[in-house]
Amino acid sequence: MNGPALVVEGLAKRFAPDRPPAVEDLTFTLPRGATWGLLGGNGAGKTTTIAMLLGLLVPSAGRILALGHDMAKDRFAALARMNFSSPYIALPHRLSVRENLEVYAHLYNVPRMRRRIAELAEEMALTEFLDRPAGELSAGQKTRVALAKALLNRPELLLLDEPTASLDPDTADWVRGRLEAYRAESGAAILLASHNMAEVERLCAHVLMLKRGRVVDQGAPADLVRRYGRADLEQVFLAIARAA
Amino acid sequence: MRASLRRIWGLIFRHLALYRRSPPRVVELMYWPILQMVVWGFVTAYLAGAGQGVASVAAGVLLGGVLLWEAALRSQMGFSISFLEEIWSRNLGHIFVSPLRPAELVAGLAAMSMLRTLIGVLPAMLLAWLLYAFDILAMGPVLVAFFAALLAMGWAVALGVTAMILRWGAGAEALAWSVLFGLTPFACVFYPVAVLPAWLQPVALMLPAAHVFEGMRAALLEGRVDGGHLAAAFVLDALWLAAMGALFLRQFEAARIRGSLLNIGE
Repeated sequence: MNGPALVVEGLAKRFAPDRPPAVEDLTFTLPRGATWGLLGGNGAGKTTTIAMLLGLLVPSAGRILALGHDMAKDRFAALARMNFSSPYIALPHRLSVRENLEVYAHLYNVPRMRRRIAELAEEMALTEFLDRPAGELSAGQKTRVALAKALLNRPELLLLDEPTASLDPDTADWVRGRLEAYRAESGAAILLASHNMAEVERLCAHVLMLKRGRVVDQGAPADLVRRYGRADLEQVFLAIARAA
Repeated sequence: MRASLRRIWGLIFRHLALYRRSPPRVVELMYWPILQMVVWGFVTAYLAGAGQGVASVAAGVLLGGVLLWEAALRSQMGFSISFLEEIWSRNLGHIFVSPLRPAELVAGLAAMSMLRTLIGVLPAMLLAWLLYAFDILAMGPVLVAFFAALLAMGWAVALGVTAMILRWGAGAEALAWSVLFGLTPFACVFYPVAVLPAWLQPVALMLPAAHVFEGMRAALLEGRVDGGHLAAAFVLDALWLAAMGALFLRQFEAARIRGSLLNIGE
């Protein structure tokens, strides 16, 4: 399939007429095979944007084309080829890791389910935990399970909300390595929202800096650092966040 | 079609796996129907012992009512509580961003409701036969029709409850346990519709359950199948399911606009 992974045009969300828009006039095109970052402080509109991209939230204005499908009219066709992971949305704790993955393999109509789960368990170092209840795992193990769930259907577009939040540096580094490897192998596009600037600098070819629901700047991390005359992306983030 | 069935199975499998790992949940399914059966069984044993003939038949009608009304209650709760399980486990976000369509979600919840109802009501039926020699199967094949009509009514009410949960969040979850109990007086489980005040009778006759229980009394007391009440029950089921299905879809879309799917458990 040709064409960009994601086309977002004039996207806006206003939850109430008397409140400022949570997202306003957001426009970008995410190419296939690229990892882009969505950066911004708390309340900048990252979660709202991701929710709209996933069809969980109806935009007030604008259009989203995910993998060529208009999310307003044909979101289920797109959702079957996408996936999502967030540490803030749990998988059922009482079910074993294997059962959780089987549930989502059915929901995503994954062919050769058992083989795929075995492959992912191997890749994510989960084989020894497969029959353990998901609720008994450590934070790092849960993140790996969530990532395995997100990769079950070999998504062409992967949306990640803070994929390494609350992980120790070693596990976070391991997760980043897996994401890089998946993108390289599959040619999938990845859009990630993160507060971890080192992570964004490592993974993302391009970042969108959000503030009060608007894109206030964008570019490759190195270009942004150079343009703002700062030492790293974190300093750029702070400069943007603290600007009036 | 096959992919759709597989998604529905995925949802059913998720709940079956939960029950397999949580024996208290299975016990809870059977607890209330059995408790109801035991209490009403003693009441009917007392009635049957106190009088002859009519009292004995009335006792059978009471037990039949208890068992069939439990089917409606369990059906509604089975649907609503299966939906609440997704909220309690904070899994709803994953479900709603998967390719599972709202109609498939409803089908999966309805299938779980049927399984939960069977697990809850069958032991109570067996107990009624063992302890009180009440054989509900003696009603014949029409029992299946009564059961199906009450199951469908339970789904219709559950769709309404689920719509309220989508509208008001987990704060509306108490409705999952209470709402059908509130309809008991109008369902005419233990007495004929004619007992109600004249102005209330049309209200009762808008409920499929009132027709089912009129039909049940005809079957138990007169040994006949009342096709009119049975047909009315199914037509009303279809109307209520359509209305509550539309309400559910409307609230689902409204929740997508408000953004309440993001924090429905709070």
